[in-house]
Amino acid sequence: MILTAYIEGIGLLGPGLTDWPSSQAVLSGQQPYQPHQTILPPPALLPAAERRRSGAIVKLTLAAGLQAIAAAGLDAASLPSVFSSSGGDGENCHTICEMLASDDRQISPTRFHNSVHNAAAGYWSIATGAMTTSSVLSAFDASFGAGLLEALTQVAVDNTRSVLLACDTAYPEPLYSARPIPDAFGIALVLAPQRSAHALAQISVSLTDASADRLDDAALESLRIAIPAARGLPLLRSLALRQDQHVVLDYLDGTRLAVAIALC
Amino acid sequence: MNPLWLSHFTATSNIGRGLDQTQAALRQRRAGLVPCAFDTVDLVTFIGEVAGVDAVQLPARLADFDCRNNRLALLGLMQDGFAEAVRAAIAKYGAQRIGVFLGTSTSGILQTELAYRQRDPVSGAFPAGFIYGTTHNTFSVADFTRHYFGLSGPAVVVSSACSSSAKVFASARRMMAAGLIDAAVVGGVDSLCLTTLYGFNSLGLISEQACRPFDAQRNGISIGEAAAFALLERTPEHLDADAVLLLGIGESSDAYHMSSPHPDGLGARMAMQDALKMAGLKSAEIDYINLHGTATQSNDAAEGKAVAAVFGSGTPCSSTKGATGHTLGAAGGVEAVICALVLQHGLLPAGLNTRQLDPALALDYLLDNREQPVMRVLSNSFGFGGTNCSLIFGRADNS
Repeated sequence: MILTAYIEGIGLLGPGLTDWPSSQAVLSGQQPYQPHQTILPPPALLPAAERRRSGAIVKLTLAAGLQAIAAAGLDAASLPSVFSSSGGDGENCHTICEMLASDDRQISPTRFHNSVHNAAAGYWSIATGAMTTSSVLSAFDASFGAGLLEALTQVAVDNTRSVLLACDTAYPEPLYSARPIPDAFGIALVLAPQRSAHALAQISVSLTDASADRLDDAALESLRIAIPAARGLPLLRSLALRQDQHVVLDYLDGTRLAVAIALC
Repeated sequence: MNPLWLSHFTATSNIGRGLDQTQAALRQRRAGLVPCAFDTVDLVTFIGEVAGVDAVQLPARLADFDCRNNRLALLGLMQDGFAEAVRAAIAKYGAQRIGVFLGTSTSGILQTELAYRQRDPVSGAFPAGFIYGTTHNTFSVADFTRHYFGLSGPAVVVSSACSSSAKVFASARRMMAAGLIDAAVVGGVDSLCLTTLYGFNSLGLISEQACRPFDAQRNGISIGEAAAFALLERTPEHLDADAVLLLGIGESSDAYHMSSPHPDGLGARMAMQDALKMAGLKSAEIDYINLHGTATQSNDAAEGKAVAAVFGSGTPCSSTKGATGHTLGAAGGVEAVICALVLQHGLLPAGLNTRQLDPALALDYLLDNREQPVMRVLSNSFGFGGTNCSLIFGRADNS
């Protein structure tokens, strides 16, 4: 079974990658990749109280998602959404677990509501006014693939646009030693069922047992391996190269996603 | 939508292991909430704890998955022949044509909470043997389930707080309609941990008593734990009259607040209306509503307004959280299974612990069990961050 959609907008934020337009030369090999720590812009769309409370995963998701939606020329309030993250806000989780292990277990209400896996989806809905459906997913290292599949089923079955927001943030020690995610990385894609003036490419996706494509740049390849959301980078590289291509994206062990890309 | 068949289902909570015990508890109006003595928790509250979870042993080949949440998952899979039904589905469709879509809020976080207590006093390192990925990580329960059965189709955890295991039905429906799979293991598992007990306490949302949904004096939730599963398949041509079908799903977001519902229940109303629309039904065709009914002041008030706006005040309804407690990410799955039992047995369960209905919530809220034929029911699940899901189920002979 093949699921098809048109990509209308792309958001990208990660170490040494500030947005999609400026990252294309790096991903296509025309410029060297120079990693530096991800810079998370403040979430300007949120009301002041929520802005103060929001953690890294919220800032990352809003930044990447709004890039993609602006590029597609759409209103975020109208779009169904898919949020996929391997594990939510590690910094917040660390603080809660540390407090629960201490004599004073009175964690703050803000810490608790930021601990839910759907924190980014909740803040997104508040920031954009979107009352549409949102799927909030986790599939550990397979989270990018799981999010892409879910968004594609929304597009194909419900015949609607959908925005995929695949985002992960860094884990502090000692969690880092058990889950070594080094930095924040997010990919957002606006997917549509029909071709429009904003369509960049058509993607056709099916399940495969072939091996996932690697990136030929060593630093980009280590990024792809280190952060689950970066498993989507081979798709963005193909789009940056502006060539019709087939790529295989990592998903579950033994089950991966074959993606045929046709430029519009 | 094309109705989907719940060919097998099961639930394990504080009121019973499997369908027979659960049905008997509902019939006998037996609540299973007890004063909290979980782990080292020093809060004055009631909880719905499943007996015997720690005695469950995972198969040796899956030892890396060992944590309270996956033990509870396995305990749930063992009831009512559910595991055998999944194996039969694998033989029929193939392991790659069955998806796993499970809801949880905190997964195996208790494992990490315990590891933080055992950190090396000098280096701060976790104890040897702590494995984050297969225990604490949100995906762990779906990963455990797919490995337990050897499934290789799509698998994911939905983690949208307390709507998680209702929303898994939506993900599974789309995946089946898209043709990627022929069957889906759906459901939810959430287990007791300190994060939710102290977290809801910090919000002032846990009750010192057993929770009293829709009571005038309600003052908060009682946290429970549960595992609930259903096997979804396409509807075959011939079905028993009391076979249970999924008829409609509605999903929405509040766009309002992280931990308070929209005061008028606007998002909740949209979810119920969308579920009716997808099922092609009018509100008068719903015979019973299993309310989200958490027993906090604001949640019940918002849901009461939303239900009244869509259904008026004549549809029998209740919250079963007075019996089970709020099982958080498993609640939607547990209540879907209770809805299936309601359809098969014609028993509308009373809401327990409610002494005096809140007069401001003008609904036909059941304070006693009622027996009558039931054709179609709706189940509400609303979560933190304003994520809503309503499911409609029906009997095969009336859908």
